[in-house]
Amino acid sequence: MTAAATIRLTVNGEARSLPGGVTLAEVVAELSTAPSGVAAAVNEAVVPRSEWVATVLADTDRVEILTAVQGG
Amino acid sequence: MADDLLTIADRTFASRLIMGTGGAPSLEVLEQALRTSGTELTTVAMRRINPAARGSVLEVLQRCGIGVLPNTAGCFTAGEAVLTARLSREALGTNWVKLEVIADERTLLPDPIELLDAAETLVDDGFVVLPYTNDDPVLARKLEDVGCAAVMPLGSPIGSGLGIRNPHNFQLIVEQANVPVILDAGAGTASDVALAMELGCAAVMLATAVTRAQEPALMAEAMRKAVEAGRLAYRAGRIPKRFHAEASSPMEGRAAFDPEAPDF
Repeated sequence: MTAAATIRLTVNGEARSLPGGVTLAEVVAELSTAPSGVAAAVNEAVVPRSEWVATVLADTDRVEILTAVQGG
Repeated sequence: MADDLLTIADRTFASRLIMGTGGAPSLEVLEQALRTSGTELTTVAMRRINPAARGSVLEVLQRCGIGVLPNTAGCFTAGEAVLTARLSREALGTNWVKLEVIADERTLLPDPIELLDAAETLVDDGFVVLPYTNDDPVLARKLEDVGCAAVMPLGSPIGSGLGIRNPHNFQLIVEQANVPVILDAGAGTASDVALAMELGCAAVMLATAVTRAQEPALMAEAMRKAVEAGRLAYRAGRIPKRFHAEASSPMEGRAAFDPEAPDF
């Protein structure tokens, strides 16, 4: 399958244009290289870390990448 | 205290103080306060990752050997809270969650309907759920009924420092509960914490009272001691309150003096 030219999606609320075929692992790596402590959801569904590499993002996807901060 | 452990679900703790990490001016101040508090379990929030952030609260907790309890702070619906809990489980490798579902930003009071809904879903999903709840004995019972591992009634609104506004409700909650009752929110100073423990709470959760005190580490020590003192007083069994005085020295065997004696 050939990747589409460009897809438009949001990452942590920010509009992004990324090459088609981009994976969740690649998007997370831009923000964090931590080996743990990070979780990601695509369109309100948790994607386990073990599936990031195989998760190809699509046009209009909403990606949220979270970590623990001070709170509570 | 080694002979009086706190048990929540399948874990035991020597400390009955659960300290949150919110509100500290720096990670250094936080670490000092956490260490002084003696806490073994502390809350964190889940937020969008900030690539520019320096240092991490998780590193502090790891260094101190303190267990992490993710919360769902800032969630307004059951759906948001459930997803946040699942993300925290994925990120932090714990199925424990301090469940918060608030009704509005002004009061930060729990939304009881969304809270109960989220609690039930998360328990079914295998979570150990510790819900931040109103000081409502009926809701506390319902949360226990759906399988929550503890109930965490608020003493007064989050960050208010107003202490326990309705001690009577706390007594009602404690008296009926078969899971630990943990004061959550409202503690302002040591006496609030001691009162909670004297009322039979199994533990106290606080953050702001320490992290925003003038001297956080000093207040952390005060809170640790207040938890211990209140717990001991609860176990010791306080005297009943009475309207009139009751002498503690015997009346029998007093000397007889002559009030008319010249040198008296």
